[in-house]
Amino acid sequence: MSALEKISETERQTSTESTKAPAAKNSIPLRFITCGSVDDGKSTLIGRLLWDTKAVFDDQIGAIEKQPGQMGYADGSLEFANLLDGLQAEQEQGITIDVAYRYFSTPKRSFIVADTPGHAQYTKNMVTGASTADLAVLLIDARSGILEQTRRHANVVSLMGIKQVVLIINKIDLIDYDKARFDEISAEFTALAKSFDFTSITAIPTSAINGENVAFPATKNMPWYDGKTLLETLELAPKSNPRSMGFRFPVQRISRPDESFRGYQGTIAAGSIKPGDPITVLPSGEQANVSKIVTFDLVRNAGVQGDAVTLVLDRQIDISRGDMIVSNDDKPNLEYSYKAQLIALTDHGVQPDKQYWLKTSTRKQYVTVSAEEILNLDTATWETSDKIALNDLANVQLDFSTRIAFDTYLDNKTTGSFILIDPDTNNTIAGGMITKAIDNVERLTPKNETERTSFDMPHLIVEEFYRSEFYLKHKTEIGITGSHTKS
Amino acid sequence: MTDTITKPPLDPHLKALENEAIYIFREVAAEFQNPVMLYSVGKDSSVLLHLARKAFHPGPVPFPLLHVNTGWKFTEMIAFRDQITSEYGLDLISYTNPRGPEENITPFNHPRYTDIMKTEALRTALDNGGYDAAFGGARRDEEASRAKERIYSFRKSDHSWDPRNQRAELWSIYNGDIFKGESVRAFPLSNWTELDIWQYIKAEDIPIVPLYYAEERPFVERDGMIILAEDERLELAPGEIVQKDYIRFRTLGCFPLTGGVRSTASDIDQVIAEIQTATTSERQGRAIDKDKAGSMELKKREGYF
Repeated sequence: MSALEKISETERQTSTESTKAPAAKNSIPLRFITCGSVDDGKSTLIGRLLWDTKAVFDDQIGAIEKQPGQMGYADGSLEFANLLDGLQAEQEQGITIDVAYRYFSTPKRSFIVADTPGHAQYTKNMVTGASTADLAVLLIDARSGILEQTRRHANVVSLMGIKQVVLIINKIDLIDYDKARFDEISAEFTALAKSFDFTSITAIPTSAINGENVAFPATKNMPWYDGKTLLETLELAPKSNPRSMGFRFPVQRISRPDESFRGYQGTIAAGSIKPGDPITVLPSGEQANVSKIVTFDLVRNAGVQGDAVTLVLDRQIDISRGDMIVSNDDKPNLEYSYKAQLIALTDHGVQPDKQYWLKTSTRKQYVTVSAEEILNLDTATWETSDKIALNDLANVQLDFSTRIAFDTYLDNKTTGSFILIDPDTNNTIAGGMITKAIDNVERLTPKNETERTSFDMPHLIVEEFYRSEFYLKHKTEIGITGSHTKS
Repeated sequence: MTDTITKPPLDPHLKALENEAIYIFREVAAEFQNPVMLYSVGKDSSVLLHLARKAFHPGPVPFPLLHVNTGWKFTEMIAFRDQITSEYGLDLISYTNPRGPEENITPFNHPRYTDIMKTEALRTALDNGGYDAAFGGARRDEEASRAKERIYSFRKSDHSWDPRNQRAELWSIYNGDIFKGESVRAFPLSNWTELDIWQYIKAEDIPIVPLYYAEERPFVERDGMIILAEDERLELAPGEIVQKDYIRFRTLGCFPLTGGVRSTASDIDQVIAEIQTATTSERQGRAIDKDKAGSMELKKREGYF
């Protein structure tokens, strides 16, 4: 942990102690996504969570009861699904059409749920919900067990970089609270999940309609289950921890209120910064030092990931929106080509010979996309393909005409993600994640000895070269001849 | 070097919401030619304005504020609006649909009052200014159709919203690409709840219209709603009597259409405590949502916020 991260920790503790307001939360909201098929009771589960945490108001129930042909109550309990489906077409057809966001909180934490449809177009909506989620709740109907769709959902969740999964085995009341069946499904899922990169899987037997193991334990009907309820699990789930890495600051806009002030506004995507720190601007490579970190409340002595700030530098250099200010000692990739995974979101798919706008954080640049493989979600294998259709998950190569800075998505979700925009329709047609930079040194590798380039350099520069990232990365490919001596 | 502490730091939950809102403000200001901020003078607008000032500091707020004035707002709202805009040096545009005074359209006599004086007025005001982006203070927790809104909500050239065909919105990468005549409504407060708003108002000491705090005020009860009666524009129906009690307002709109609640919560701590035990939603007092189920969705499809 760096010194700056410690400062941030101290600030947080102080804030917790000094805030006496009854519902002040000592953590940032947990964002999660719920995935399930149409009939496994997903809306009922979320409705139950909202109901039991008192996030539903009396007049909202009234509005549901007012709708013709729909009962506010079924089997003596509230028809929870109707709390959630907000659009008229959804209520008329009894299906969820678009991702909806729900908010609830407990004295310990607040939550943002992305509730996504379980049917057609689910990939597009799931990916949207999953892109900002820390955790995924996967729903299974205890009567039917694990279906192909469960595997698909787990696959998409894994691809989007979500590491924590809660497996809800719902409608357990309909199989007489059968422990053996619960154990069987949990074991089957754990086996299936081995191929994914999850760090935690928690299986919980629930009856959402009866509120068992959702917010309250079900000791009466499930004395054999001594694990946590869904709500407790969510309260205790850690926020996904970004990898510790160098400073990343995509520039949003330049602030020049008058001649005396020139600042760069943006949100810190990774790492931390303090006055005096040396920085590099990408793609230009120009360097400067940070002189001030300005915010509305105060001029700060540090900024950490997530902070929206204005940076002032110690010298005038050319910086525009879309540039990235980064630490000198830990930089992102800066290349012409990258490997990425992407998800096609519209009917036209992604065309191979077309130029699209790629937008990543604050930068927009033209790109061409070449498909290499498509994921077959039924078999969970990658198959060679040069076409990308709606809802396809694809491995692709991105080619740019000028260098662009990226981290991998695994390292940083902000500087490793992008969307594609079709310039003919302005629609967002794909979302993508950078998996690898393609090193342009490969292009320069000489074919034979006569093409080798020789440099004769003063020893100070040679030593600096030996310490450079470039040398450390490529020393096996670079032949060093001659001698150098220390003076 | 040490920070100059001017107030205790925000709790991390509110800080995260603030950071997100500032990011959205800066994105829109950077990507659009001619943005405007819808300013309705309510508590959410007060928070929105505070966040805008924070986002662009030390520069000024780089766009005008637009107030769609139906002519039937609470008197105290207009006084508050004028005071705040002059104190902060903001560029305020107030627009009233001329059909109101010309055709004598009032909340009492016209079934399409809201459509004409709010939705139609908003569309006309946006067209008049040629704005390609408009910030609004709508929150997803307010109402079912708003839960489906994007942060950047795309609008066709007639301002209509197509909830079944929205652009995908991944991570915090917002697609601001539009053709001439089209526009985007941007919602920096999308992920805030009513309680977040109040806790932020407290933490940041943001000025709001005093009607949010309980006071002894005159009112009439009409169709189960508590209507403020300190305005000569209110015509009493036969048999209606003016009562007096401690009341306050959870939301502010047109005074004849906005119901108050009986309350003694006269400061911010009491208001927060009251909200935490409330059994009805804040829009409960708003007639606009109640015409029929799905009412808000229909208004939004036609261009309402």
